[in-house]
This record gives sequence, C-alpha cells and structure tokens, in this order.
Amino acid sequence: MKRALKTIDGNEAVAHVAYRVNEVICIYPITPSSPMGEFADGWSSERVANIWGTVPAVVEMQSEGGAAGAVHGALQTGALTTTFTASQGLLLMIPNMYKIAGELTPAVFHVAARALAAQGLSIFGDHSDVMATRATGWAMLCASSVQEAMDMALVAQAATLQSRIPFINFFDGFRTSHEVMKVEMLTEDDMRSMLDPDLIEAHRQRALSPDHPVLRGTAQNPDVYFQGRETVNRFYENCPGITQQLLDKLAGQVGRQYRLFEYYGAPDAERVIVLMGSGAETAQETIEALTAAGEKVGMVKVRLYRPFDVRRFVESLPATVRRIAVLDRTKEPGAAGEPLYLDVVAALAEGVTNGWGRFSRLPGVIGGRYGLASKEFTPAMVKGIFDHLRGEELKNHFTIGIDDDVTFRSLDYDPTFSTERPEVVRALFYGLGADGTVGANKNSIKIIGENTDNYAQGYFVYDSKKSGAITVSHLRFGPQQIHSTYLISEANFVACHQPIFLERYDMVSPLVEGGTFLLNTPLGPDAVWDRLPRAMQETLIDRRIRFYVIDASGVARQVGMAGRINTIMQVCFFALSGVLPRTAAIEQIKNSIIKTYRKKGDEVVAMNLRAVDGTLDNLFEVAVPEQAQGAIAQPPPVPAAAPDFVRRVLGPMIAGHGDSLPVSALPVDGTFPTATACWEKRNLALEIPAWDPDVCIQCGKCAMVCPHGVIRIKVYDEGRLNGAPESFKTTGSKDREWAGLNYTIQVAPEDCTGCAICVDVCPAKNKSQPRFKALNMVPQPPVREQERANWDFFLTLPEHDRRDLKTGSIRQQQIQQPLFEFSGACSGCGETPYIKLATQLFGDRMLIANATGCSSIYGGNLPTTPYTVNAEGRGPAWANSLFEDNAEFGLGYRISLDKQIEFARQLVQRLAGVIGEELAAGLLGAAQGDEADLYEQRERVAILKERLAPLDSPEARQLRVLADLLVRKSVWIIGGDGWAYDIGFGGLDHVLASGRNVNILVLDTEVYSNTGGQMSKSTPRAAVAKFAAGGKPGGKKDLGMIAMSYGHVYVASVALGARDEHTLKAFLEAEAYDGPSLIIAYSHCIAHGIDMSAGLQSQKAAVDAGQWLLYRYHPEREARGENPLQLDSRSPKIPLEDFMYRENRFKMLTKSHPDDARRMLQEAQRAVQSRWRFYEFMATRQPAGPLPAGGGVPDSTSAPAQDPETRME
Amino acid sequence: MDLRTTYLGLDLRTPLVVSASPLSEEIDHIRRMEDAGAAAVVLYSLFEEQISRETLELHHHLTTGTESFAEALTYFPEPGEFRLGPDGYLEHIRRARAAVDIPVIASLNGSSAGGWTDHARLIEQAGASALELNIYNIPTDDQLTGAAVEQNCLDILERVRAAVAIPVAVKLSPYFSNMANMARRFDAAGADGLVLFNRFYQPDINLENLEVQPHIILSAPMALRLPLRWIAILYGRVRASLAGTSGIHTAQDVLKMVMAGAAVTQLCSTLYRHGIEYLATIEREMVDWMTTNEYESLGQMRGSMSQINCPDPTQFERAQYIRSLHSFKAGSWRV
Repeated sequence: MKRALKTIDGNEAVAHVAYRVNEVICIYPITPSSPMGEFADGWSSERVANIWGTVPAVVEMQSEGGAAGAVHGALQTGALTTTFTASQGLLLMIPNMYKIAGELTPAVFHVAARALAAQGLSIFGDHSDVMATRATGWAMLCASSVQEAMDMALVAQAATLQSRIPFINFFDGFRTSHEVMKVEMLTEDDMRSMLDPDLIEAHRQRALSPDHPVLRGTAQNPDVYFQGRETVNRFYENCPGITQQLLDKLAGQVGRQYRLFEYYGAPDAERVIVLMGSGAETAQETIEALTAAGEKVGMVKVRLYRPFDVRRFVESLPATVRRIAVLDRTKEPGAAGEPLYLDVVAALAEGVTNGWGRFSRLPGVIGGRYGLASKEFTPAMVKGIFDHLRGEELKNHFTIGIDDDVTFRSLDYDPTFSTERPEVVRALFYGLGADGTVGANKNSIKIIGENTDNYAQGYFVYDSKKSGAITVSHLRFGPQQIHSTYLISEANFVACHQPIFLERYDMVSPLVEGGTFLLNTPLGPDAVWDRLPRAMQETLIDRRIRFYVIDASGVARQVGMAGRINTIMQVCFFALSGVLPRTAAIEQIKNSIIKTYRKKGDEVVAMNLRAVDGTLDNLFEVAVPEQAQGAIAQPPPVPAAAPDFVRRVLGPMIAGHGDSLPVSALPVDGTFPTATACWEKRNLALEIPAWDPDVCIQCGKCAMVCPHGVIRIKVYDEGRLNGAPESFKTTGSKDREWAGLNYTIQVAPEDCTGCAICVDVCPAKNKSQPRFKALNMVPQPPVREQERANWDFFLTLPEHDRRDLKTGSIRQQQIQQPLFEFSGACSGCGETPYIKLATQLFGDRMLIANATGCSSIYGGNLPTTPYTVNAEGRGPAWANSLFEDNAEFGLGYRISLDKQIEFARQLVQRLAGVIGEELAAGLLGAAQGDEADLYEQRERVAILKERLAPLDSPEARQLRVLADLLVRKSVWIIGGDGWAYDIGFGGLDHVLASGRNVNILVLDTEVYSNTGGQMSKSTPRAAVAKFAAGGKPGGKKDLGMIAMSYGHVYVASVALGARDEHTLKAFLEAEAYDGPSLIIAYSHCIAHGIDMSAGLQSQKAAVDAGQWLLYRYHPEREARGENPLQLDSRSPKIPLEDFMYRENRFKMLTKSHPDDARRMLQEAQRAVQSRWRFYEFMATRQPAGPLPAGGGVPDSTSAPAQDPETRME
Repeated sequence: MDLRTTYLGLDLRTPLVVSASPLSEEIDHIRRMEDAGAAAVVLYSLFEEQISRETLELHHHLTTGTESFAEALTYFPEPGEFRLGPDGYLEHIRRARAAVDIPVIASLNGSSAGGWTDHARLIEQAGASALELNIYNIPTDDQLTGAAVEQNCLDILERVRAAVAIPVAVKLSPYFSNMANMARRFDAAGADGLVLFNRFYQPDINLENLEVQPHIILSAPMALRLPLRWIAILYGRVRASLAGTSGIHTAQDVLKMVMAGAAVTQLCSTLYRHGIEYLATIEREMVDWMTTNEYESLGQMRGSMSQINCPDPTQFERAQYIRSLHSFKAGSWRV
C-alpha cells in the first residue's frame, strides 16, 4: 500500500495520530508541546473527524493540573481521551497520573520532553520531565525521530487499550517535536487496524454509569492498601509483551520493525552504549561510521522504558560486550546514578543471576549525562564515549558535551570528528525572525521532500530575544534516511539573509572547501567585498568559496513585499545549490506559492510570483580576489568597559559561544547580576527617533510609552553641558518649576528597536510642516556614531533629585530613571511600559515576583536582563518561581519581609540605648510616605549601620543584616493574564484575600502571548486565538470585579494608551495602599494582529468602545463615606466593531467564519453595553456616609453620574 | 396613483430607489427598505482595491512575528480556508435576493482590468438584477490627459458590458469637460443607465490635530441642482435611462427629478436623517401632490421639464455654482 509522504515536524506527526484515535482532548499550552494542542483545536474547529467519523471534543483547561483532572474524568466516563504536555506541565499532572494508572485506565499522554526549571528555566529538550514521572505506574514509550514519534503514538494507543496500563509517548522537545522530516503518513486504515474495537468496548464498559453503578477512589486503610497496590503486577508483567506484539503488528502493516530494546552495531561489539530518544539517531549514525572502520561498537536503543523488561534488555546485548556506557538525558542530583543507568545496572545484575542473556560475566557499566536542555549531542561526542570505554580507567557519572572544570566529570572528545556524508547537501541560513527565512526553508524542505526521492531534514535555532531575533536554519537533503540529530557544523551552502549579521556572527567558518556563500546586501557585486570583515575575506579565499550577492530587500520592495525576502532567498538557494535543476526548481517554487498562498488571495500569490521572477536577474557572483585586504574587524560582543562577569561570561553567550563556557564560569545557584542589558548593543533599528527641541512641548509622553526604555529625559544646569558633543541637543525647560534649567530628550541609538510608538504618541506637530513632530524617525546608521556619543554624554548628566519631583505629573515624573531598560521584548511591546513605570516610581526599593511568561522571558532570559540599578546601586530584585504559583511566591516575599521588619524593629527597640534613643525613635516612627521621607529613613539607616559597625553583640550583628529592611519595601507580583486569570488564579485569589500589602500587576494581553497566542479566560468574546480558532464564544472574565468583591482590595483597570495620567495615578495609589492592590493593565500585543507602532491607538479605541473600562476601586474611599469605585472612562462613544476590526484577532473571524463573526459581534456589543451600565450603576451609588468604626453596611442610594473626567482626583 | 417606471429595463413600482451606501450592508435594512416601499435597492459598492488591501493585511498579520521565537512560532491559528475576495459580497447579493422581491442592483468599483470583468461576472452569477459601475477615482497624475481619463472610463464600461448580460448602469462623475458628450459616448458604449452623479467623500482639515480627515457628509438639498440640470439636458438625447442622485430628500425633489427626465431617483442621505421608513412618507407625499395637482401617473410628468420640453431651455445652460454643504454629527443620523 502506498502511503502519503509528508514533510512535517514531530508535533504534527504525533497530533496526526492522537487526534484521530481519541474523542476527548484536554489541552493547555506549554512549549514545546503547544503545537499538538493547536493542531487538535484547529482540526476540531474545521470539523475534521477521527477514525470513527466523529469530531473530537477539544477543550482548553486552566492548567495542566486541570487538564489531567479533566482527562481523568473523561476516561472514567468512557471516552478515549488524551492530552499533550511537557516539562512543568507534566509535573502538574503527576497526582492524576498515579490515579489513572492505579485505576488501570487506558490513556496516552503525548509529551514533547523538556528540561525542568531548577537553577533556571529551560524550554529545551531533555528527559527530566518524563523521568520525574517514572514512579507513577505509566508505561513510557520513547521515540527517537519524527517518523517514530508518529508510529509510537499509534502503538501506545493500541498498547494501552490492550494492557490497561496508561502510556506516555515521549520524544525529545524541539529536536524531534520541531524537526521537520520527510515521513510516511499512517493512514486511518492503519490506525483502525491497530485498534481492537473489543478493547474500546471493554474500556467503555468499565466506565462509570448510573445504569451499572460502581465506586472508585475509595479510601483504604492499613489492612488492604498494600495488597491492593500489588494487584496490578500481572498487568505490568504483560505490558512489554503486548507492546512488542503491537510493534510487530505495525511492522506487518507498514514495514517498519521496532523493538523494545533495539540493538544496533557490530554483532561482536565489545563496547556498547545504551540510550533513548533523538540521541540514539546520532549514535546510530556514528556506529555506522565506526563499525565501517572496523571498530567493535554497538548500541541499545531503549523504546519501552517502563515497564522495564529486564530479560528483553539483557537478551538484546551481544555476548561479546565488555563495557557499557548508559546515557541519561537528565540529572538526578545526589542519586547513585541517573535513572536509566540504575535500571541497566539492576537489570544486568538480575539477568546474570537468572542466567538470562548471552554473556556469563557482568560487563563494566558506567553512566553519563548528555544533552541537557537540547545541548548538542554529536557523533564526535559518541565517539568520545566509545574511546573512553576503551581506556584503562573508566569515569563513572561522566558528562559529555561540556567542559566540567570544577568536578572534572566531563569526557574529552575530538570535536573535529564528523560522520557527515558527502552526498548530503548541508545548508545553513541566517535570517531575521521577521524576514520569513524559516518559513521559506520549511517550504524548501517540502518541495524537495515531496518532489524528489531525497530525504530531507530541517531544524531551526531561534534567538532568546523576541525582537530582532536571529534564526539559523539547518537543512539536510540526501538520498538516504537522515539520522543526524545535531546541528550542521560543516556546510556546503551558507546564506546570510541580513547584512547586519556580518558585524555580529562568523557565518562562513562552517563552510567546507568549495562551498557557496550567499549574501543579501544592497551592495552590488563590485562594492561588497571591501565591506566584509577581514577574517571572513580570508576564509572565503582560503577555502575557495563561491560568493554570491543579491539585493533581496530591494527586490522585495519592488514587488510590494517589504521586508519579506523569503521567496527571493529561496529562489537563490535553489538556483545555487543544485538540489534540483534550476528550471524545475523554479516551477516547483511557483507551484508551492500557489498552493501555500491561494487561500490568502490572488494578491499574495501574485506578489510572491513576481518575487520569483525578479530574483535571478539580481543574483550576482562576486569575483573573490587572491588576497584579503579588508580592515574591518568584528567588534567584541561587549565593550571593554563592561564588568568582568559580563565580559567573561555574558559576552561569549551574546556572541553565540555559550557552549564553550566551562562549568566554573556559571554561578552555582542560578544567581546573576542585574544591569546587564545595557552592555548588549543590538543595533536593531533601521530607523530611530530624532528629537526636535523647537517643536517639543516637553510633555514626557514619549518617555512614558517607550517599551524599551530608550527615550530618556534629563533636566540639568546649563553648566553641565561642558564637554557636550557638538551634536548634543538641549533647550530651556518649559516647566515653570524648572525655570532656568536645561532640558534634553535623548535616544539610546543602539538599543532602540525602531518601534516608533514614541512618534505615534507625540502630540506636538511642526506648525509649518505638520507631517513632522517633536520626534521623527530617521535612518539609524548615519547617526549611530554621533548619537552614541550623545547618549554616553547624556548618561554623565546627573539624575534629578527624586525628592523635588511631582510624581503625579507625567512631565516631571518621567525624568525619573527607569530601572528597566533595553529588554528583548517584541518591538513596540504593550507590557513593558507598565513595568518600566513601576521601576521609575519604586524601583530602588522594589522586589518582583514574576510569573513565567513573556515578562519572565524578556525580564530574565539569559544572557542579559533589563532590570538595572541606579547610581547608588539600588534597583529591582527579581525572581521567577513558576507559572502557577507566582502570587503565592510574591506573598511569601511579603510575609518574610514583614516578619524580618518586625524583628528589625524589635532589635532597634532593644538596642535603642546603644544606638541612641533619638535615632531609634526616628527609625521606628518614620512616615516613609514620599521620596523625602524615604530619603531621610535611608540616612537614618546609614547612621544606624555606622553605629552598629563597632558592636559585636549577637543582636547588633543581626540588626546590621536586617537594617536595610527598615526602609519601606515594595513587593510586586507581575504576570500575564494566562497566569492571573487561569493557572494562577487560585493563588491570586488567596493572596488578595490575605489582606497583605502586595502590588499585583497583571499585564493583560488577553492571550497566552509567550507561547504564541492561546486563548485565556481573559480573551474577549469573538477574538480568534489559538485554541479558539473559531472565535471565542464566551465573554472575558471580569477579574477586577472578582477582586472588588473582597472590599479590601485596591483595584485599578488601566490602559496607558487611553489615559496615561490615569495609569500613573493608579500605580501611585496602588503602591501607597497598605493592603493588596491589583492593577489590570491593558497591554497591546503582537498576538492581537495590529500595527505595533500604533498599539496605543488600539488601547484608546478599546476604551472608547467600552471594551476596556478605566476605573479605580479604593477601599479607603469607602471608609471616608465615598463610593469606593470611580469609573474613569466615559460611556462608549464608538461602535465596538470600530475597535474590533482594527485588530486581526477579531477581523480574521470575518474571513474565516463570517456568520459567527456577525453574531458574536452583536453579542459582544450587547455585553459591552450591559457591563458599562453595571459599572456606571456601581460607580454612581452614593454611600450614606462614612462606615462606622466597627464596620457595618451603610445604605446606598443612587446619585446622578458624574463626568468621569472631573472625577479624577 | 400610477407611479410605475422603467429603469435599466426593470419595471419598477415607483421611482424610489435606495442608492449605494452602508445602509444596505444589513439584510434587515434591505427588508425594511422593501417594506417602506423602495422600488429597488443598489447595494453598497464592492471595492476591488479594498479586497486586495484586506487580503494583504491579513497575510501581513498572520506572518508578522512568526518563526522568530522558539516558544511562539506563530500567533494565530490558520484555518483551512479564508473567505476572501468578493465571496462575502456575492453571498450578500444572494441573501438580499432571497430576502426581498424588489430588484437588487449590485455596485462595483474595480481597480484592475481583470477585476472589473471578473467581479462583474461573479456578481451576475450571484443573481444581481443589474450592475452599477462606480467609476470612482480622482486623477491626480498631472501627466494624464483628460482624453485618457475619459477613454479609461469608456474602456471599463465596454469590458464589463462584454462580460455580462444583466443591465449595466454607470455612475458618473460630473467632472468631465463635456458632460453631454461623455453621456452620449457611454450610451453608445452600451450603458443601460446613467446615474448622475457620484459624490466623492471630501477631505477636511482637523484644526485641533492638524490632520486631513475624510468626512462623510450627507447631501444637502441644494446638491440636487447639479444632477437636475444634467438630467434635464440629457433627457431625450440618450437611450440609457437616467437616475438622479444627490440631494433628493423630499417628495418634491423626486417629482422635480422625474420632471427633469429621471427614470428613478436614488436616495440615501434623507434615509440616514429620517430613517429607512421615510421612504413611505416620500411616496405618500408624492401621491398627495400628484392628486392635488391632478396627475394620474408619473409617466405624464417624466421629462416634462427637461431641456427639450421646458418653457425656457436656456435656463439649463447658465453657469452658476452651488455651495451648500453641511456637516452632520454622527449622532444626528437615524437609520
């Protein structure tokens, strides 16, 4: 039977099966498994049926814990049910996994295995998560390639039904989940033939039903629990045999034979490695090369890890084996060894005891760790392990692939060893996230995979930054199956899609002799050579590289594709690589364009076809001279002035050489310095804003909205201008209180991302040429040097005394130094201005608990952090615990601080006689209400420390350590709506109820932004999101209303783009309030499908339409006899659709489901009106008077509405 | 009273036709138009340029930010198909036709040669009773001659005329050097009707924020004079039936237009002001006036005050300028 060949990634391969063999699918986003849920949701919304002709119900839950619970319930009531997850998500499922296994319930979880958060979080692949579940009683089936992941998904489903043991089908996150491979698709008939209808019927008959009721989940006592636990043994004994039978059945069906423990290598191997997952592919490729060279080596691929079939494992080994290295892709600190190693040691011991297997003597066994968090695992490393196994002394508990210069556990290996085959085309593409490079490469793989006999593989490496991110695509094409699950280090084709990378990366060193280098550059073939760094010139000459250039950006502009150079560079690749004949390739590209873009309309197709036609005329070969003569050297990743740690550790990470850092370079406990983003000059912006002092009205709005903290304002004495660069701009301050002072707005030219939000918000226009404002975008390169000097000078100007600033006025407040700068957030991010504002106001005494999500990524993703310090070295202290627990984590800060403050105050009292009664009274009685109070308290604390310094009593020593806590600290709990509305809501609610003084900032983008825009309970009705492909049918949860119901919670709903002064006011009130405060901040997002430079206009439209309300609920007002709720936005003044259809998230529903869009718009409009009326009613109630001291409920009478504008205090 | 008329070969109960406007975006509105006595409805225009722009915009938003960050390779689900292009408009035609018995006239504004004819064909297939070509552009290229502009308009008509069998009307701009000659040439090129005149949205300057803004201005009664003149001049000189539009707000206005020679009058602003049901008032007042003045049918008066029939034909040739535009707040519109 001929099956379709498709080039897809591991997630799609697994979802293809999982979707079709289940009826209920409970999902929750977590990288790298989210796409499986997205596929399932997308297919369900398109009414794709499963193999039994019914459309699976796909339900998003509020957390993985919730998903597991729902799965459990669905299974108990008889539905075939699955879920997809990874990492922390799998951990949250563990309690239910014990239950599901304990109840012998057939189910499969499909896991894109990923690292766990320990000293740091990692989204990348290893086996830490699945290993943490090995005691749950689930069978664990491991796939090592995209094809296997699909096949195992089916085998797992068949095996669970037959064995009644639930299965985890796992495969390596990213390496397999995101690798694009040519695979043979299992058909629905294949699936049907593997799944026995009788077993499904049996599953249903075991389901809970009032028609034949049973009881499950009993509480068992010491008399029977133990025996009950032992009842399942037969099922576990039978499971491996069942699984192997089904693997054999699959082999009969599709021809691919798998074994539970699959030996590969020399039949007389003496040295063997044991491992599972994608690394096994690389090991296989290496063994192929080594055995061809006569080495006696082999491997055992572990497919069914649990239940571990000891006999089958032992019997899989040749009689000749003398030494075994067991490789674990996880770390279990403090254990006798990692899990697979321990299993192998135990199995060998038991096997020899029982006389199983073919050898009489126990081989020497060592265990080692490799590939944690997608660390590369290469043939060179595999060979290094085999070489080590030949040595005299074996190093147990070794590591491979890193340099452990602390405990010396790492093995040496020769990194130049390669098993790349000459017939395989290996191509590397360096692209910018926005330019379509990865998409084009995926498309090229499809073209080659589906139109030739070649096998194809694509793997994509992404940046850790969200803006201006580099992508590196690794593509292999060859006549035989590709087992190379590692990055390309020897390429015969390298393409640089962005000329700026010439400055930053050494792209040509992977090129082999005679390889091809393609550069997108506006410089023609005659001008380009002199602009290359000298080292690159030398490599091109020495290796006789053929060098081509194309002005892809120019061609893209001509055909109306601005910035999307994907199709153009794809044509160049095919034209130069020779994978396909040129004309055939171009025809295939055109066919593919039509196929890919047809649904997006003729214009899009035509545009791309024009790009194909315009490409080859602009592709030129560069004559490479005999001698390098360039004077350009690649600049260091960070300047020499950077601190030692930044230069030594962060610098190599910035340059992409983090893999070379030894263990000793890294902190032992995951603690990193702040104030590091300022050293990473990314020069992303093609254009940056230039200030026109003559037009500027000095309102401060530009600085306030700048998402990246690159627009700064300073007010200073004119005398400070001594030594200013000639181009430094200055003007007189317009603020009466700053009369006589000079005023400057300065842009950080190398940190600006060019988002242009500042220009959009600038209200000042040039009266003669209103197209110019006080800020205007100008090309960056010509002004880079000049503005860098201006910026450096600007930084030398002193910060204004915080005590003299009116923080309620944006104009004055915005000269406060941001202690959050140059983040890697998306260009034009809607979240970061809120965080920056908080750091300006409170940063020098701020502690932040940050939920996992966008804000933890741009806040804490290595190498650098935007959180910084002021001249005194003070700044936000930041930590991320998890996604689900952030409110509790922050509450922990508060409780701990309060306790220690209490103790510090006790110590001050106890030591008053020693430190001075007056000082003690001052310290204990300080108001600490405003900046002046805080300043004075810091002065007192400084004196206290001086007086404590000579004292040696235990109490004095304790107070010395606690003294700084006597200055008021500001606890901030920050996260997105996925955290606050969904996974963390229970904790958030508890923290609100606690009454403790914490400030909670919800950056509400109305979707799970970080994982790619999945629906949360904050997602508004009618919005299209992942997991809501057909538009969200229900309304948005009113988190503020829930919080207000407590009565003691300060609640504000703000939108910077609608009323910036309202936002400022809310932040000040929230922080000042001695109790829990919740600020829900509307944050426009790339996942809204908007023009990000006009994000603030979207915010304003949301408020004008009544979709987003501005309000503040202040419990103290009620005590004063006032209505605690102040509605600060006007009644809706534009139709809801005028807001909604500005944004793709709403608009695309009109293109995909027009009837639903119409209906949902009407429903949403009604809901807006209804909500407005309710809030208006609540805000206009007139309390009868102040609350009595002992509490009580005053009468409410209604009063006429006030104008919200005048109601702002 | 016999108010019957024939327009584009369609027999209509009265000369009251609703002109192309956002009012017809809702099927419910179209039903109300029929209920209030509209003889036909011209649907809002299908703008080819807008479709292209929306298509590109959708593509842009679906690709922006994709494939650049490992955790978020895309930001939107991608449905298997989109209903782009004229699908929505064609569906609207079908639904309108199913919802009412009166003729439904589609309106098309193309931006490419292919767009004009392809979309015209699709509109015909969707069941439109007739097609009104909205040749709406403001030539700003100072190298383009008036003759070329005129030829372009005629070319469009000829292409569409060749593509479809349903009646085709052309909605004209008044800015031709010789309106009468252009009308004759359109007539010769196969136009079944001429709609006089297209009103362009006029830009305005916002003094507060120094921006140029398009303003939707409802027509003022005096706007009637321009089409009135040209209908009076053209009546009897062209084969195509004539539709008057702009500034027709009352029964009197309709009667004047018919007397000038209009087969139908197209109404819009007055329905925004007074509501769709105002159509019934206009019709009743027409009947009242005709009864009072002892007319038996509209046919009696059609063209009676045209240039060829009126007492003083020179009145239509004297130059004058009419400036009587008002702006209206959105809140004052009633639908």
